[in-house]
Amino acid sequence: MSDTPVNPVDGLLRMDRMPHIWCGGCGIGTSVNCFARAVAKAEIDHEHLHVVSGIGCTGRVAGYVNVDSFHTTHGRAIPFATGLSLSRPDSKVVVYSGDGDLTAIGGNHFIHAARRNIDMTVICVNNFTYGMTGGQVTPTTPYGAKASTTPYGNYEHTFNLPNLADSCGAQFVARWTVYHVRQLTRSITKALKTKGFSFIEVIAPCPTLYQRRNKLGDGVMTLQYYKDKSTIQNGADTADVGMSFQSDIIVGEFVERESLTFMEGYEKRMKEILGDGFVPYRGAK
Amino acid sequence: MAERKGMEVSIAIAEAASACDVDCIAAYPITPQTHVVEHLSEIVADGDLDAEFIPVESEHAAMSCCCGCAAAGARTFTATASQGLALMHEILFIAANLRLPMVMVVANRSLSGPISIWNDHSDVMTERDVGWIQVFAENGQEAVDLVIMGHRMSEDKRILLPLMVNFDGFILSHMVEPIEMPTREEVKRFLPDYEPQQRLDIDNPITMGPVGMPVVYTEAKMAAEWAVRDAYKPMVEIMGEFEKEFGRKYKPVETYRTDDSEILFVVMGGISETAMTWVDKVRDAGVKVGLVRFRMWRPLPVEDFKKAIAGVKVLGVLDRHFSPGGPGGPMAQEIKYMLYGQDHAPKIVETVVGLGGRDVNFIDFDQIFDRCKAVLGGAPVPPFELIQVRGGHYGKA
Repeated sequence: MSDTPVNPVDGLLRMDRMPHIWCGGCGIGTSVNCFARAVAKAEIDHEHLHVVSGIGCTGRVAGYVNVDSFHTTHGRAIPFATGLSLSRPDSKVVVYSGDGDLTAIGGNHFIHAARRNIDMTVICVNNFTYGMTGGQVTPTTPYGAKASTTPYGNYEHTFNLPNLADSCGAQFVARWTVYHVRQLTRSITKALKTKGFSFIEVIAPCPTLYQRRNKLGDGVMTLQYYKDKSTIQNGADTADVGMSFQSDIIVGEFVERESLTFMEGYEKRMKEILGDGFVPYRGAK
Repeated sequence: MAERKGMEVSIAIAEAASACDVDCIAAYPITPQTHVVEHLSEIVADGDLDAEFIPVESEHAAMSCCCGCAAAGARTFTATASQGLALMHEILFIAANLRLPMVMVVANRSLSGPISIWNDHSDVMTERDVGWIQVFAENGQEAVDLVIMGHRMSEDKRILLPLMVNFDGFILSHMVEPIEMPTREEVKRFLPDYEPQQRLDIDNPITMGPVGMPVVYTEAKMAAEWAVRDAYKPMVEIMGEFEKEFGRKYKPVETYRTDDSEILFVVMGGISETAMTWVDKVRDAGVKVGLVRFRMWRPLPVEDFKKAIAGVKVLGVLDRHFSPGGPGGPMAQEIKYMLYGQDHAPKIVETVVGLGGRDVNFIDFDQIFDRCKAVLGGAPVPPFELIQVRGGHYGKA
């Protein structure tokens, strides 16, 4: 037997798929590290954990985790996950994708999964750009920030993602940067234990496209910015946590609430109407 | 005559769209098309093109937005590929049936799954029936020229249809090629200002896209059939006028060294450049073989094709897409439609090659040629074959 210490997150990763495709200084790997530790802390059996991703750099997560995972088409991670979650109510379904995938092409699904309170955890790595296709503008690119399709800076309004999730009824909403690894791990742990729709925004650098194009330095300099400009405000009103270009970043756990999940609402209504005649669904065989 | 300069084909296409003085561009990022619209966004942002660049939230939105632009009477351009084209699917019919002129370039890429960003023709071939004009470029110059001709064709009062310019993803889109880029002034002489036949206009209100009850739906479809079929003649005319202005000759169906050939290969897109090089090699060794290429795919240039293959004994058809469990590749299917029941029709050796970016090289051409020679010698015509499969061919493994 070798005495080489084993990385505690190795069990959740497909080591045969390493090295990963992410660039040096990218924040996605850090978030996956936090996720792997959170899965361990939440004591979630890998047999009952499913990771669903869309397309993009963050979309690659589904291929790197050593659990049943689904790498779907662009924008459709949430509806795939909805089907999975409803047919396997005994499992924990995690959607792991990027800002472009979840809030642009998949934005409609995001608001409806939160509104329906589908039992899933959505982890959105927000690097403010489409990384894989070359750094185009996304719905989260801050006003004035440059992208390959906005060479003189973005001129559109941007999403405040925690506020979007909150206003649609998410049960748990948090935001951290990849500098806040311990807090992020703790929040993912909490989200995994939350019943219903939970949402975590992970602010992360894209040194290759977003940081470079906007002359913001490398990954380390971006972490310094996160460290200097982040303030923790647990319970903050999500309407007040919007970000702008290189602004202060309000991080923390903003929302914790409890309302009926989609499945609970369905069963409650059917019992009201059908009484004892109603046979609740107990998942795929 | 413009100077020939080395340019990435995607950049050249963007410059061509800019030279056409387009008014609206709505697009969403998808590999391998991205450089086209990225460069257009720069041209617009620099003030070199007076146009609206709209970075929308999906391809479904992009095509919908393009329909809105075209309905308002704007010269409209977009670009996509693969899943993006698939996501546009329902709106493609609407653009065609509402007779909304626009040009879309498609950097042909395979469809998921498995996820693949590389080249084949599965994206466009699954959109054969949407009612658009569809043309295929062989190289960068042709893609540029088809964009310029495309706007003229699309807006021609005898056509008034959206037009799709297909060019192979990566194989062409990311290639640096010598391009003769027409200036805006030259293009303006060839492509006059766009005057819509009808547009949404508050002074003369019309409704576009209402319900077609059964009493009119069939007639609307008949009109769509006429529109695409009748586009052939004005398209050929416009190709002729393009030649007069720019000196480059385009035909619906291209042929290469077909003289005295008993066997012809039939291809589409960038693969024909490899095929021509292979034909040269084989011809130099004294074997009579030639090449036919579809440039125009919708409307289907039936008579041009029949003329191109007249007298030939065997056709080796190289499709880049197929219908699982169905009749093989789309090009072979349509060739059979064109030739069925005809006296002395050539025998057709169907192959599907180059799926998901698999390189098609001389060895593959040699293999297909061997099959064609066997059929020429009297061997039975084999069913369609998906060649290049590691570990054995379809039906033989």
